[in-house]
Amino acid sequence: MTSFTMGKSLRRRFHRLGSLPYFYDVSARWAIWLAVPAVVCIAYTVIAGLVLVPPDYQQGDVFRILYIHVPSAWLSLFAYTTMAGAGVVALVWRLKLAEIFIVAAAPVGASFTGLALVTGAIWGEPTWGTYWVWDARLTSELILLFLYLGVIALHQSIASPRTAGRACALLSIVGVINVPIIHYSVVWWTTLHQGATLSLSGGSHMESDMLWPLLAGALGFSCLFGWLTLWGMRVQLLWRERRSRWVMRRIVNG
Amino acid sequence: MRRVFWAVFRRELAIAGRQRGALVHQLLFFVLIVALFPLGTNTDQTVLIAVAPAVLWMGVLLSVLLSLNGVFRADHEDGTLTQYLLAGEPLAVIALAKMIVHWLASAALLVVAGPVLMLMLGVSLDAWPAMILTLALGTPTLVFVGAIAAALTLRLPRAGLLLGLLVLPLYVPVLIFGAGVVRAAIVGLPYAGAVYIMAALCVLAITLGPWAIAAALRIGLDA
Repeated sequence: MTSFTMGKSLRRRFHRLGSLPYFYDVSARWAIWLAVPAVVCIAYTVIAGLVLVPPDYQQGDVFRILYIHVPSAWLSLFAYTTMAGAGVVALVWRLKLAEIFIVAAAPVGASFTGLALVTGAIWGEPTWGTYWVWDARLTSELILLFLYLGVIALHQSIASPRTAGRACALLSIVGVINVPIIHYSVVWWTTLHQGATLSLSGGSHMESDMLWPLLAGALGFSCLFGWLTLWGMRVQLLWRERRSRWVMRRIVNG
Repeated sequence: MRRVFWAVFRRELAIAGRQRGALVHQLLFFVLIVALFPLGTNTDQTVLIAVAPAVLWMGVLLSVLLSLNGVFRADHEDGTLTQYLLAGEPLAVIALAKMIVHWLASAALLVVAGPVLMLMLGVSLDAWPAMILTLALGTPTLVFVGAIAAALTLRLPRAGLLLGLLVLPLYVPVLIFGAGVVRAAIVGLPYAGAVYIMAALCVLAITLGPWAIAAALRIGLDA
């Protein structure tokens, strides 16, 4: 096969993704490829984090919650960034799938943000002696949660799904420009009136047998995000196209 | 393009001039928030001075938010907005003119009222320049950022509450820097750096804002 025809066939494959029935069928297969690594990696992280890894010499067993906390905090930022990326695609190329992606990713990302906040609070009580501090990272994570909830609220308020998708696309782009500004303003605010802030990475060094489960957790949570979002997209797609013939046919045939 | 800008600018100015009552409402709302606050705590000067920057800035945030609620409504109801869209002129320029007049007609009064209310909360006169400076730089940012969400929720019933949900998280930087500068000025710390950042945010909002508002208007009119 020459490179020309290969490029052409690749491009054709990409263009076929614009076809919603094709995406619906093929995404069921992709979901398995995301679900299996997600389950395996997260299971390994949980077992390793709870049993295999020795307790920390300073924090004892409390630190084990980090294996859930850190991946969800990473994913909370990653998910918002992908939503903004999809927002550009949705507004520039008017790709329906990009709109659906934003709508489906927002609740998943919000859940990761909420999980990061809750696990952080549970970790903070024995370690810092309080569930909540107005630390820079905590505060910007909380505001990120509000940004997610804003996207979800906007989507719920607009009846027409296409307009709702495009409105959410614009809002996530505006939000992603603001995320770094908000973060640095919060950093400036906390350094202004309380001297040194508590830092999670205070010169600490991580042993490799503690690090591997964390990396596996990050990979597992990423696959979980992809899996749940893909599944959300399929549901969203069925709902949007519920009056079209291809959806009818697939539902009748099971 | 310049012709369109001035035409919209003059039109908006004339409309604002004929609704002088509405101009005062926002100011009254701001004054009320700040004036009622001490009633909820005590008249201890140290308490009031400590919270004064936060109270003033929250008052500004809320009154700008409320004024934005109806900023496109009249134009939408009488069809002017549709004409703007069909006019073939850049919508961003129209949005820029409209938002500048909106700022002049509503938020500019807050810039004047802020320092006066600051005196009521017992803050010394030394913090005046900081208050005026941050209000002058912060309110345009608030207006331009908030207008994006106002345009998106243009045709929705009960848009007011939703507008708050969408916009208030985006107002965090202005709140932090605005109140932070005033707080620094009260205790006599240098605050020039934060003022520069506020100026940068203001420039960013005025230059990028109109394009986002234009895009949001196109989406919002479909909703």
